[in-house]
Amino acid sequence: MTALTSAKADVSGTQSPKQSRKPTTAGASRRRALGKRGLEPWFYLAPAFIVLIALLGYPIFQLINVSLYDYRQAQVSGKAPLQFTGLENYQKLVADPEFWSVLGNTVLFAGACVVLTLLVGTSLAVLATRLRPWVRTALFVVSLGAWATPAVTGSAVWLFLFDPTLGLVNKALVSIGLTQFNGYSWTYDKWSAFGLVASEVVWCSFPFVLVTVYAGIQAISTEVIEAARLDGASMPRIARSIMLPMLRPIVMVVTIQSIIWNFKIFSQIYIMTNGGGIAGQNLVLNVYGYQQAFAASLYGLGSALGVIMTALLMIVTLVYLRILKRTGEVL
Amino acid sequence: MTAVDVSLRKNRRAPDAPQKLRKGGRRRFGADAAALAIALLVAFPLFWMVLSALKPKTALDAGDAAPFTLEPSLDSFMRVLSVNNFGRYFLNSVIVALVVVIISTVLAFLASVALTRYEFKMRTKLLIVVLVSQMVPVEALTIPLFFLLRNAGEAVPIVGLNQLGSLVLVHVGFSIPFAIWMLRGFVAAVPVEIEEAARLDGASGFRFVRSVLFPLVAPGVVACSVFSFISTWNDFLFAKTFIISAQENQTLPMALLTFFKPDQNDWGAIMAGSVIMTIPVLIFFIAVQRKLVSGLAGAVKG
Repeated sequence: MTALTSAKADVSGTQSPKQSRKPTTAGASRRRALGKRGLEPWFYLAPAFIVLIALLGYPIFQLINVSLYDYRQAQVSGKAPLQFTGLENYQKLVADPEFWSVLGNTVLFAGACVVLTLLVGTSLAVLATRLRPWVRTALFVVSLGAWATPAVTGSAVWLFLFDPTLGLVNKALVSIGLTQFNGYSWTYDKWSAFGLVASEVVWCSFPFVLVTVYAGIQAISTEVIEAARLDGASMPRIARSIMLPMLRPIVMVVTIQSIIWNFKIFSQIYIMTNGGGIAGQNLVLNVYGYQQAFAASLYGLGSALGVIMTALLMIVTLVYLRILKRTGEVL
Repeated sequence: MTAVDVSLRKNRRAPDAPQKLRKGGRRRFGADAAALAIALLVAFPLFWMVLSALKPKTALDAGDAAPFTLEPSLDSFMRVLSVNNFGRYFLNSVIVALVVVIISTVLAFLASVALTRYEFKMRTKLLIVVLVSQMVPVEALTIPLFFLLRNAGEAVPIVGLNQLGSLVLVHVGFSIPFAIWMLRGFVAAVPVEIEEAARLDGASGFRFVRSVLFPLVAPGVVACSVFSFISTWNDFLFAKTFIISAQENQTLPMALLTFFKPDQNDWGAIMAGSVIMTIPVLIFFIAVQRKLVSGLAGAVKG
């Protein structure tokens, strides 16, 4: 546990020199000057929290509310009376095999994206520690470029690269003798379509892991490593018994962030598989809920899907909060 | 610049600090070569995007796969800007993103002052609320927000559906939690002594916040505003949902999609549009990457 906390202190120290200037015990006392002044903080808080309540809090309440009603086009336009149906939307979903297959798709797709993102990001972070400075800078700059690319344009470029007739990838495959790729459509088959989207997602999300984990590795003090080396520990041993435990809090945090981001993917799937693939084979929860609501006008059912999605992510968030608390985060 | 620098500072320090993982020269050469190959692979889609935007339409339609072009042309850009009115959509995107940045940064800054420099009962609870609301899958809120804005539009037309105001409103809401979380670190880092000095000089609480604190955390404010800018700029879902019939109020992501036609994709135009949409983000991102990275790391770390 001491190792964990000291690693954390080191990490925050290097990442924010400004913060490290204040003594570590100042956590409580640093707030004393403006201090207790009754209502004053509330004036500063009010605008932001009014917006949050109106645009996050109230919509969440409404989402749950609508999911309990039979709410379709007729009810929206006021032609039919609004009817409270309790959990009927949820019962419909649970009884619908398509829902289960969409849920399965979502978990598999998001899981694959998370694992690949973490693998690529952490291995490159480890690799980055052994590079000449200019090579490392080159790697970081191009990674930032991929990171910054908007989901919409990233999807467009990847679609173009994998276009059946004009795409570079098929041309290259054909030119090395794999003629079955002549005119091959990557989005026709369910899993190759998911694979294509996943590679775009990994391409634009591994840089976050790379940069964060690299900062974590740099923050491990050289003395600790030197001491272990003097004690005769081998390099793999150092990696396993010292660096890995010290990096664990950071790895946990990027893992959870990745889970949350990849679970919510919308644009990439929507654009690259043209709204969920042939016969909806590439639907994930978010896109499915959107289609139910805005394509099929089943707003109640779509909201129920939104509630399920939110609930799943809130569970992940709770785990995240627990980890933050365990690593001794001062809120 | 008091940049909170993660990557480059380490590089500069590398020569005098003993590198822990460095082995013999040959091994390092292998690692360098592998890293360069990976860097090329990562950069390739962006390179291909720019190259294809510059290739003449005839070459693209003939399936030209050459990694260079001998006759670069701006035809695709002209086509995008003239035929599809891309300039208008670009302007819309800029307007929405800028307004969101200004409003959300000011609100988040004030809130982060309250959450870091005051002691009050609900403080920790509110911080947890901020953290949790960062995690809310905003995509799931499309349905209630759609109805909320439809009703709001009847009272205040400017924030109704089909108006840029609707996009501004939802993105202000979505940007604030992360912005608070990120600014928190910067605001907390200003030493308490400065505050006491300002107080002795007779500054009121708000005067201190406005004239002393705000300039001091300006770097953080810039970094955090870039983040709001990017997330607003990239938004596809809400632009698609809220701007239904008013073509003239469309933003870039949706405009780009209009070039996708079954079997007849105008790839030159799509790539040119993508370049136009990507360049501003790329510039901002690289300009503030150090602060952004540390802010993100700080934000995910706490």
